[in-house]
Amino acid sequence: MPTDQPIIRIRNLDKHYDAFQALKKINLDVHQGERIVICGPSGSGKSTLIRCINRLEEHSAGQLLVDGIELSDETRDIRAVRQEVGMVFQQFNLFPHLTVLENLTIGPIRVRKMSRPDAEAKARLYLDRVHIPEQADKYPAQLSGGQQQRVAIARSLCMEPRVMLFDEPTSALDPEMINEVLDVMVELAESGMTMICVTHEMGFARKVADRMVFMEKGEIIEVAPPAQFFTNPKSARCRMFLDQILEH
Amino acid sequence: MAVATADGSPHRPGKRLTLRKLFASRSLSVVLYAVVLVLIIRSTLTGVAAMGYDWQWYRIPAFLFRFTEDGFQLGEIGYGLLASLGLSGLSFVIALLLGLLVALLRLSGLVVGGAVARVFLELVRNIPLLVLLYLFYYVLGPIFGLDRYSASILCLGVFHAALVSEIIRAGINSVARGQWEAANSIGMTRGQAYRYIILPQSMRIMLPPLTSELVNIVKSSAIVSVVGVAEMTTAGRNIISKTYLSFEIWFTIAAIYLLVTVCISAFASYLESRYSVST
Repeated sequence: MPTDQPIIRIRNLDKHYDAFQALKKINLDVHQGERIVICGPSGSGKSTLIRCINRLEEHSAGQLLVDGIELSDETRDIRAVRQEVGMVFQQFNLFPHLTVLENLTIGPIRVRKMSRPDAEAKARLYLDRVHIPEQADKYPAQLSGGQQQRVAIARSLCMEPRVMLFDEPTSALDPEMINEVLDVMVELAESGMTMICVTHEMGFARKVADRMVFMEKGEIIEVAPPAQFFTNPKSARCRMFLDQILEH
Repeated sequence: MAVATADGSPHRPGKRLTLRKLFASRSLSVVLYAVVLVLIIRSTLTGVAAMGYDWQWYRIPAFLFRFTEDGFQLGEIGYGLLASLGLSGLSFVIALLLGLLVALLRLSGLVVGGAVARVFLELVRNIPLLVLLYLFYYVLGPIFGLDRYSASILCLGVFHAALVSEIIRAGINSVARGQWEAANSIGMTRGQAYRYIILPQSMRIMLPPLTSELVNIVKSSAIVSVVGVAEMTTAGRNIISKTYLSFEIWFTIAAIYLLVTVCISAFASYLESRYSVST
């Protein structure tokens, strides 16, 4: 179970875009091995929050520590943090000019300074774990959306991160491809990876989440274990949101 | 008009379009082009005949190359062509390096870097190439000890670097934002992201405009003949001053420039088709 030192510590985090406040006084601790699912209506700041965690967005005020390192303007620290924090994007963002194998090895080789044979061995290991070992030499454009997203997950895993962030990983997928990606994510969760997922896949959330976080208008409204969150949410706004997305 | 035809009889639109259709037809266009071409050539020939110009095309090949007892030898124009190509090639390399530097400075977000880049661009863009060449040869040449050859190469390189930098900047900006984010998220530095992720992808977009810039350099390299660099245009002028074959020589030199630029363009479209496959 969670150790006492949180791997991610967020204190009074604010994010402004000019006059618009995207995040308001966010407080959240994530411990090693925890799986957090963040949900909420669009525009509620979910993506902004996890993009702050690897500093694709800069927060305006408050404190954000990853593995004890505070995120600030010090670029050296940011790169160190980014190596520990994997990110999976809604639009995959694979490198289209590189083969699948090269997509997976470029980080370990260029950033971690690993030798090419070692990097390739590791890449094939993770391709195996996302169930597409046979696609190593293809280009991303030759793969289906589900396969591309699994390559993107493997690319992040090749950096051996301590935390994985998922920013709506299945939202850009055709319905028949969602499960193959969710299966990989469930397996990853079962392997003990610390995960923070922004997603509307409530079946997935029920299965893997240790805690559910509900956000609205830049604030965290409710944090609860899934059993309580889905059956008996405390806030009315959260109940309304769940009713809307669980209707069908 | 449109309303009138809609209300009119069904035959009217067809009738109205006959003239346009006629002019759009391939056979008529070919005939028209042929007639115009014949007229131009005929009037040129009659003009030349009226001048009593004595065509001596048979003397031209010797200026390109000849076979002597020593074997194959380049003529004056042949050497000039090699010099022009070398000059253009070196200038292009300088333009590429300088252009990349200026583009990266403009994209760097550094206040001083951006300002330096913009001043450079405004200066170079707003000085005529000929004046820039005089500046390099008559002013910078004596100051920095540049001979006419290196002054010309530098001048062409600097002049074209301005356009090349805009091409590179547009190419870099055309790469999706998500590519930067993905590169950042695996911990790459800015330099690594440029080198391994962004520039390789923008190459594909930059290739066609960069080729036309190379074609432009080959063409504008002719201007360095005014400071006496021994390239193809200078060779032409020298031959004419000795032989008075001005019509033949200028036609020949124009044809060679055309041939070179057409070859470059063809090579570029070959590269383009090769790279576009592996998207």
